[in-house]
Amino acid sequence: MSDVHFSPVEEELARGAEQPIEYLGERNLLPPTMTMRQLTDTICAPTENKTPRAWWMAFGAAVSLAGVLGASVAWLLFKGVGVWGNNSPVGWAWDITNFVWWIGIGHAGTLISAILFLFRQKWRTSINRFAEAMTIFAVMCAGIFPGLHTGRPWFDYYMFPLPNQMVLWPQFKSPLMWDIFAVSTYFTVSLLFWFIGLIPDLATLRDRSTGNTLPQKIRRFAYGFFALGWRGSNRHWQHYERAYLILAGLSTPLVLSVHSIVSFDFATSVEPGWHTTIFPPYFVAGAVFSGFAMVLTLMLICRAVFDMKDVVTMKHLELMNKIMLTTGSLVGYAYAMEFFVAYYSGNQYERYVFLNRATGPYAWAYWSMIACNVIFPQVFWFKSMRTSIPVMFVVSILINIGMWFERFVIIVTTLHRDYLPASWGMFSPTMWDMGIYIGTFGLFFSLFLLFLRWLPMIALAEVKATLPNAHPHAHHGAHADDHGHDGAAAPVPAE
Amino acid sequence: MTTSSTHDSESSGEVTERIASLYLAEYETPDACVGAAEKLRDAGYTKFDTHTPYPVHGMDAAMGLRDTPLGWIVFVLGLTGCLTGFVMMTWMNGIDYPLVIGGKPPDAIPSMVPVMFELTILLSAFGAVFGLFGLCQLPRHHHPIFESERFARATDDRFFVSVDASDPKFDLKKTRSLLEGTTPAHLELVEEHPS
Repeated sequence: MSDVHFSPVEEELARGAEQPIEYLGERNLLPPTMTMRQLTDTICAPTENKTPRAWWMAFGAAVSLAGVLGASVAWLLFKGVGVWGNNSPVGWAWDITNFVWWIGIGHAGTLISAILFLFRQKWRTSINRFAEAMTIFAVMCAGIFPGLHTGRPWFDYYMFPLPNQMVLWPQFKSPLMWDIFAVSTYFTVSLLFWFIGLIPDLATLRDRSTGNTLPQKIRRFAYGFFALGWRGSNRHWQHYERAYLILAGLSTPLVLSVHSIVSFDFATSVEPGWHTTIFPPYFVAGAVFSGFAMVLTLMLICRAVFDMKDVVTMKHLELMNKIMLTTGSLVGYAYAMEFFVAYYSGNQYERYVFLNRATGPYAWAYWSMIACNVIFPQVFWFKSMRTSIPVMFVVSILINIGMWFERFVIIVTTLHRDYLPASWGMFSPTMWDMGIYIGTFGLFFSLFLLFLRWLPMIALAEVKATLPNAHPHAHHGAHADDHGHDGAAAPVPAE
Repeated sequence: MTTSSTHDSESSGEVTERIASLYLAEYETPDACVGAAEKLRDAGYTKFDTHTPYPVHGMDAAMGLRDTPLGWIVFVLGLTGCLTGFVMMTWMNGIDYPLVIGGKPPDAIPSMVPVMFELTILLSAFGAVFGLFGLCQLPRHHHPIFESERFARATDDRFFVSVDASDPKFDLKKTRSLLEGTTPAHLELVEEHPS
C-alpha cells in the first residue's frame, strides 16, 4: 500500500480529518492521512495476498478440532445421549449451557450491526462485518446442542409445523417451540443482513480481480456472482440504504427477543432460581457482555495478524471496553437482585437455591462467575487499563469463561437440588461432553478463518463513507441536504 | 480532461456496427459528481445515474429521486407473517387438534405472541431483502457499463455519472457538451455490440 500513487485530490481529501463528524459530535476515528484507495488496499489485502503460513497452521488446528466435534457427535448418535453426563435430576447440563453461551456470543454481532447503527455510532463500521460473521458462526455452533439434546435428532423435524405421520401438530404453548422459531429466524435474518452488507464490498473485490490468470478469473466469477452485478448506482443505493435501515430496525427487537425467549425456557418453568421475571433483561445483558468480549478477543488477534491497526484503532477498542464495563455492571446488578429477591420472597426453596449456589458443592463455579464477570471488568474504570492491549485481551477471555460459568451455575445448581431432597444429585461431565464443546470451537474457528481469508473483514463501503470529505459540503451550503442521505450512520428519508 | 471511446478499433478500419449505450463521466470528488447530477436533473434528463463507492449525502435530491417504496413492501409482508403465525397456531392447536395444556384454552393468544412476533420479523426481512432485489433489478450480471475499464474504480475511489442512450433527451453531441461542462476527469462513450 506504500507504493500507491495519490492524486492531489486524494491528498486533499485526506486532509482535515480532525474535523468532527457532523451532527454526531463524534470525532473521526481513522488516521487523518487515510485515503479511499488506501482503505480499499488495506482491507482487500488479506483476501488477495498469498495465504500466510500462520493461516494454514491455524486452519489445520481448527479443522482438527472440528474433527473432534464430528467424532463426538458420531459416538453420541451411535450410543445415545447416555454418553453425556446428564442424569436425573440434572437433565440439562453442558449441552444447554453451551447452547445459551454460543447464542449469547452471537448477540454482540447484532448489537454492533443493528443497534449501534440505529444510534448512529459511526465507529461501528470498523468492526461490524467482523462481528456479524461471528454471530452467524456462533449461532451455527449453538444450534447443534438443542438439536442433539432431543436425544433422537432424526426426529427433530417434529418441532417444525409440518404435517407428519402421527397427525400431530407442535404444541405452541411450549417455550421450546418459541425457541425454534426465534433461533431459526435469528439465523436467517443475521445471514441476510450480513449478505446485504457484503454486496458492495464483493463488487469491489470483483472489480479488483482484473488479471487473465485462472485464479483471477475464478475470483472474478465467484465474487461477481455474489455481488449480483452491483454497480454502485445511486438509484440502487437509495433502496439499499432503506433496506439496511429496515433490517437494522428489525434486528434490534429480534436480538432482544431471541435471548428473552431463550430465558423463557427457564423462566416459564417452576424450578426455584429459574422462575423469575428478571431473566429476560438479565440474559440479554449477559449475551451482549459475552459477545463483546468475544469480538474483542478475536479482533485483537486479527488486527495484529493482518495489520489493521489503522482501521481498528485504540479508540475503537476503548469504546468496546466501555460497553463491556456497562453490560458487566448490569449483569452484576442482576446477580445481586436475584439474591435479594430470593431473600425477600420468603420462599424457602428460592432462598435455598441461592444459598446453595454461593456455598454449596458448586460454589467454586459461582465464585468463578462472580470474579470473571463482576470483579475483573471493573479495571475498565481506569483509562490506562481500557487502553492496554494485554489487559483487555486477558479480561475479554476471563469474561467469556465467566459467562460460561453463569449458564452452568444457573442450570446445574437449580436442577441438582430442587424441591425434594430425596432426588438431589450431582453432575459431572464426561469426555464426550467436553469433546462436543471443544469441537464447536473447531467449527467456529474453521468458519471464521475461511471468512478472514476470503471476504473483506471490514465493511469497506461503510468505512469509506465515514472518511472526512466523503460527502459534499462546500458547494451545497445548506447542510440540511446532508441529513437526507447518510452512508454509514443511517439512511433516513430526505427531508 | 481525457476522452475516449470504449472501442478504439473503430479508426483502424474494422467496421462493425455498434450501438451507443451510455455516456460515462468520471469525477475525482463527490462534490463534482453531485454537481453533475444536479445539472442533468435540471436539464430534464431522467435516465441517468451516478455510481459511487458508497452512498453520497444529498445525491438523491441532486438526482431528483422520489422516496423508495421499500417500506410498504416490508410492511405488507410483516403483516402477512404476523397473521400467518396466528392462523397457523389457531388452526393447529385450537381447531385441528385441541389439547388443554396447563389449564389454558387451546387457542390462548398470549402463548402465541412469541411465534407471531418471530414470523413478523422473518417475513419483513424477506420483504426488505427480496424487495431490494426487485426494486434494483438485481441480480443483473451483465450491463453495458461494465464495458468500460475505468468503471472498475466506481467500487474503489472514483465517482461516475452515466447517461443512458434510451433517455429521451440523449443526444450524442448535446449530452457530451453538457457533461464536458461539468469538468469530468474523464469522459467516454460506452458502446455495445448489437446482439
